[in-house]
Amino acid sequence: MSALTGTRHLARLILRRDRVLLPLWVLVLAVLPMSYATSFFELFPTAAERAAYTEGTARNPSIVALLGPVYGDSVGALTAQRSGFLLVIVALASLLTVIRHTRTEEEAGRRELLGGSVLGRYAGLTAALLVTYAADLLLGLLTAAGLASTGLPAAGSYAYGLAAALTGMVFATLGGLAAQLTETAGGARGIGLAGLGAAFGLRLVGDTAGDDWPSWLSPLGWAARVRAYEGDRWLVLLLPLVATVLLSALAYPVSVRRDLGAGLLPPRLGPATDDGALSGPVGLAWRLHRGQLLWWSVGFGLLGLILGGAAEAAGRSVEGNPRLEEIMARIGGASGLADAYLGATLSLAGLAAAGYGIQAALRMRAEESAGRAEPVLATGTRRSTWLLSHVAFALLGPVVVLAVTGLATGLTYGFSVGDVPRQVGRMLGAGLAQAPAAWVLAGLAVLLHGLLPRFASAAWAVLALCVLLGQLGAVLNLNQWLLDLSPFTHTPQVLRATWTPTPLFLLTALAVALTLAGLQTFRRRDVPIT
Amino acid sequence: MENTIEVSGLVKTFGRTRALDGLDLSVRAGEVHGFLGPNGSGKSTTIRVLLGLLRADAGAARLLGGDPWRDAVALHRRLAYVPGDVTLWPNLSGGEVIDLLGRMRGGLDPRRRAELLESFELDPRKKGRTYSKGNRQKVGLVAALASDVELLILDEPTSGLDPLMEEVFQHWVRRARHDGRTVLLSSHILAEVEALCDRVTIIRAGRAVESGTLGDLRHLHRTAIDAEVTAPLDGLADLPGVHDLRVDGHRVRFDVDAAALDAALRRLTELGVRSLVSTPPTLEELFLRHYETAPEKVAS
Repeated sequence: MSALTGTRHLARLILRRDRVLLPLWVLVLAVLPMSYATSFFELFPTAAERAAYTEGTARNPSIVALLGPVYGDSVGALTAQRSGFLLVIVALASLLTVIRHTRTEEEAGRRELLGGSVLGRYAGLTAALLVTYAADLLLGLLTAAGLASTGLPAAGSYAYGLAAALTGMVFATLGGLAAQLTETAGGARGIGLAGLGAAFGLRLVGDTAGDDWPSWLSPLGWAARVRAYEGDRWLVLLLPLVATVLLSALAYPVSVRRDLGAGLLPPRLGPATDDGALSGPVGLAWRLHRGQLLWWSVGFGLLGLILGGAAEAAGRSVEGNPRLEEIMARIGGASGLADAYLGATLSLAGLAAAGYGIQAALRMRAEESAGRAEPVLATGTRRSTWLLSHVAFALLGPVVVLAVTGLATGLTYGFSVGDVPRQVGRMLGAGLAQAPAAWVLAGLAVLLHGLLPRFASAAWAVLALCVLLGQLGAVLNLNQWLLDLSPFTHTPQVLRATWTPTPLFLLTALAVALTLAGLQTFRRRDVPIT
Repeated sequence: MENTIEVSGLVKTFGRTRALDGLDLSVRAGEVHGFLGPNGSGKSTTIRVLLGLLRADAGAARLLGGDPWRDAVALHRRLAYVPGDVTLWPNLSGGEVIDLLGRMRGGLDPRRRAELLESFELDPRKKGRTYSKGNRQKVGLVAALASDVELLILDEPTSGLDPLMEEVFQHWVRRARHDGRTVLLSSHILAEVEALCDRVTIIRAGRAVESGTLGDLRHLHRTAIDAEVTAPLDGLADLPGVHDLRVDGHRVRFDVDAAALDAALRRLTELGVRSLVSTPPTLEELFLRHYETAPEKVAS
């Protein structure tokens, strides 16, 4: 039996389990660059318009910080830069896919079930890596083909597609290595994400500072340095290739040396007694939710800083483009455009905050299905106390996240226009105005948990529908009554001069009603329903 | 004095499955009551009704003098529950879970907690995700046994424990009874029930089929006799209450109803007994008798 025996069966198992998720991220991430190219062709048909956009926006430090450098003013160069953040997502998806099929499986004990059958030592890691590599390469090919189909040069399109694929492969392998180090999937994800964060930080520093050597140290910096459409430096692609080989040269020996289920880093011990921190259901809920709340706040704070910093440049980006200037004049010139940009950004944050609210509410469902709700409810804990301790995070968590986003956005935008106090206040208000619509969806999740617990995750489908209505509604010319079904349609644009708060009160009332109905139905139903 | 648990005619259906079908159960204060039945017979469903987690469709249930559904919170402060499959929060240590559950019940005895940790050989510093099945079970047991409560409800609590730990468990259940606690012990490990329980209730397909002390139950059943006699055998087969008579030369084996035991032994001594082995029915035999016979058709 060779060390790879069974790889094929495991790869099939992975494909079977990820038959929806994998094609979905590959397809979405492959199509987006093509759509960017198409819109650049439409928005800036002339070289002069592109040059103005490049100078005004693409070279703006906060844009460069978020997306990476731009190496010219061709549509290809602009598209390659615009797709810069997609590389982070490709890297993230690859990383998580590998960990999901290695360490998560081992932690859950499913790998042990298979370990008893005919499997080589390397089969588990190899299968996960091969499937992810294949997905990355497919993504690269589709991206290249899509870009070439818009009329961009084929060579540059393939250079970019390959760079994206190889970036994904580097982080897939990093995930494979991280999975060998810790005993838990959470720990492995932490190591992988720290690696991704470090790579992003290095790239950000290198791209915005005068000297770009830190970017040459970052796998996320290499893709841009291929200079797709602006010289196509194919040799740079050797860097991610070498990194992939080196990382797997580290991962494989560890995977053989350690025991099944064990990691290289020993698990940490916890306290032998709780020193009063877990005071009861509320303390327990805090322990279960605090990590997520922290990460959402940090993530959205950073995003707010970057997006706020880019707003002023976005406002000026239309200078020299008569078509856009005319549209912009109607909504109040450069500051009006900046406000429109900020309003749109914060309403996206509102959708994301609703996602957080749903996630926090569905934590109750996870506790129930895992059998952890039952022992708690068999103590002197009231059902309502248990429910409300989780609902507090589903309702107040989004408020915290939105407040942080608003404050961060206001801070950097205020700096760029030289008016910090006023902008911080405005953006905080605009961020918080998104909360009631997010509450409605969180309340819906609470009601589903009480009334139809088996279908509680349908709340995600409702959020997806709201996103679709918001994003496609205008494009498809949908009926207003259809758009009105989404609570987010009713959130007023508080950055405009005039707006009315009535919808916010109505949304809040609706959210409260949904939550109370969720509480009542939960108090009356059987537990656990699995 | 009122029974600690008094259940009559309990019915609970899940969709078209009738999990409880007119169940009766009574547990007296201060006793260890064995609750026996194979997987899927309705033990856990009964316990969840008693905990006010499930709502019965029909029948009456009283627990510690209260209504398990309406007075759930007040009653829960007076009892501790260990589920058959203890799941822990992956990032909380065993010690934190023990203290959390204890506090939510209204406090636990720190001295007994330390003693329990030592006798169960449990390291309370490990995180929930790193415990084995048996150790997770120990976390639940320590949390329950260290609580100052009147009633312990244990749902197959020793699944995953090794024989040594099974001994430790039995020691602590005896101690709980000695302290005046009532214990409802659901199990399908007959040796455990035989060693610990004052009374047992055997259920099948959501209905109690036997209830009483082990002595009572044995009395209702046949004793196996294996004897060697000197005289040629006659007059045994006609005796009422003698079953499955097998004669092999001078050796005779048969089962006899408790009521006919006296008459059968008299007859044997008349024949001259050279050796005699009498075996009372084991719990296992009682149990198997109920389960080997085809169960009545239950809607499923």
